[in-house]
Amino acid sequence: MSEIPESKIQSVRNDFPILSRTIYGKPLVYFDNAATTQKPRAVIDAISNYYLNDNANVHRGVHYLSQQATGAFEDVRKKVAAFINAGSPSEIVFTRGATEAINLVAWSYCESFLNVGDEIIISVLEHHSNIVPWQVACERKGAHLKVIPVTLDGELDMEVFGQLLNDRTKMVAVSHISNTLGTINPIAGIVAMAHSKNVPVFVDGAQGLSHGPVDVQELDCDFYAFSAHKMYGPMGIGGLYGKASWLELMQPYQLGGEMIEKVTFANTSYNEIPYKFEAGTPNVADVMGLGAAIDYLQGLGWNFITSRENDLLKYATTRLLEVEGITIIGTASKKAAIISFLIDGIHFFDAGTIIDHLGIAVRTGSHCTQPLMDILGINGTLRASMAFYNTRQEVDKLIDAIHRVKTLFA
Amino acid sequence: MTINETIDQLIREFNQFDDWMDKYNYLIEMGRSVPLIDETQKTDSNLIAGCQSRVWLSSEYKDGIIYFTADSDAVITKGIAYLLIRVFSGHTPTEIVEAETTFLDKIGLKEHLSPTRSNGLLSMVKQIKLYAFAYQVKEKNS
Repeated sequence: MSEIPESKIQSVRNDFPILSRTIYGKPLVYFDNAATTQKPRAVIDAISNYYLNDNANVHRGVHYLSQQATGAFEDVRKKVAAFINAGSPSEIVFTRGATEAINLVAWSYCESFLNVGDEIIISVLEHHSNIVPWQVACERKGAHLKVIPVTLDGELDMEVFGQLLNDRTKMVAVSHISNTLGTINPIAGIVAMAHSKNVPVFVDGAQGLSHGPVDVQELDCDFYAFSAHKMYGPMGIGGLYGKASWLELMQPYQLGGEMIEKVTFANTSYNEIPYKFEAGTPNVADVMGLGAAIDYLQGLGWNFITSRENDLLKYATTRLLEVEGITIIGTASKKAAIISFLIDGIHFFDAGTIIDHLGIAVRTGSHCTQPLMDILGINGTLRASMAFYNTRQEVDKLIDAIHRVKTLFA
Repeated sequence: MTINETIDQLIREFNQFDDWMDKYNYLIEMGRSVPLIDETQKTDSNLIAGCQSRVWLSSEYKDGIIYFTADSDAVITKGIAYLLIRVFSGHTPTEIVEAETTFLDKIGLKEHLSPTRSNGLLSMVKQIKLYAFAYQVKEKNS
């Protein structure tokens, strides 16, 4: 057993109201945390409290509520900056999530810095949202997309990456953690190699921020995108970390109120960073929820989170491999608690349908990584992605469910 | 048998299952035992993409009647595709166009027609209706 007492795990589970519900009359086993994590009561309360007591538009009014809302909103920006050790809160842009952050950089950076014949490097592991914006930017600018392959274990082929980097490379955009295989990519190494050629690095951190501490200054990445809903916060909010030196040079890609300094009918000058990238009324309530999520994670501490998740990853991997006919897809040496697997001779959709009826939420399909599936020569997988609130008993239930599936389809 | 009679028969068949597992067992049996489509018809043009499971649907129009065949790479999806074929195949374009498609609700398989499933079945129903509509238009113009 893990060293953390059962009572502590149960008390953490009690923080998440949804974990006590039933599905088809059975206790919910939630193993789809890579799609979205569940929310602790503190996050839910922060959102409802904002609407119950504090709602006002930010950065706009002299009245008390507006000032209070603005203060609380900017406090969360500071909290995010401290959470990932950004150099300054002005390097944090609030977005709808990681996808919008990627689109922001793919448009704003590429508009100024990508030219005909240039190249952008991504990897085979990327989620569609870290492929398509760069692909379209390349089409728009007459540039080319280059792709880092993976080894059989699901690790990035760093040798090929070295070969792909050249004078025409204008951006390297890679995920921190693969949402399909769980591979933790060697970001610091990628950044060092790219920077040696003066190429900036964009990190899709959608899966990165929930599993362990992230220090953007230590990683030295130029951009880092994240989604609150994958780190126990609300949906519809997330952010972009960008080095101030880059953000200053980039043009805004959405225009409107808030992001301007002075508007006349002749021309408009833009606000300073980060505000020039935050057109329109922001999603203040969910920013409050994001702040509460960060407080919650810091209250738990990374030691608790990583030791729980490592224990579950190890336990689930061992138990899955005990089942005859199971293949784990993605066996990188450094992995987050995300396990993709196949059951020999049984379609993942068939297996997933039965497992669902047993109250266990796993994801099936291509996980928005079709190019990776094509390369692996499969149509999809079953994926169990675990969080600190999951238990070994829940892993046992999954294993039992897999045995039932095997009997049913035998 | 009319479309509605087949639907009533399906509802009777499924009412005998108290347990969801029995229902799925039945679907799995169907999915396994029924030869649904000729291998040569499993073409890309007959493929209905779903990101979960893939469905092939082929149609043939003979003497005013549409005959459907279908297949899937997933057994449960194939079992449900078989139910859809039983209901819709062998009818006139007008009968199919006017037929109700909510019978899967009544046999407790509603979730398989939800867009989030992306198992290809919702697209299959749409495609069946579309074929029927196209043949109906063709009939009127001929």
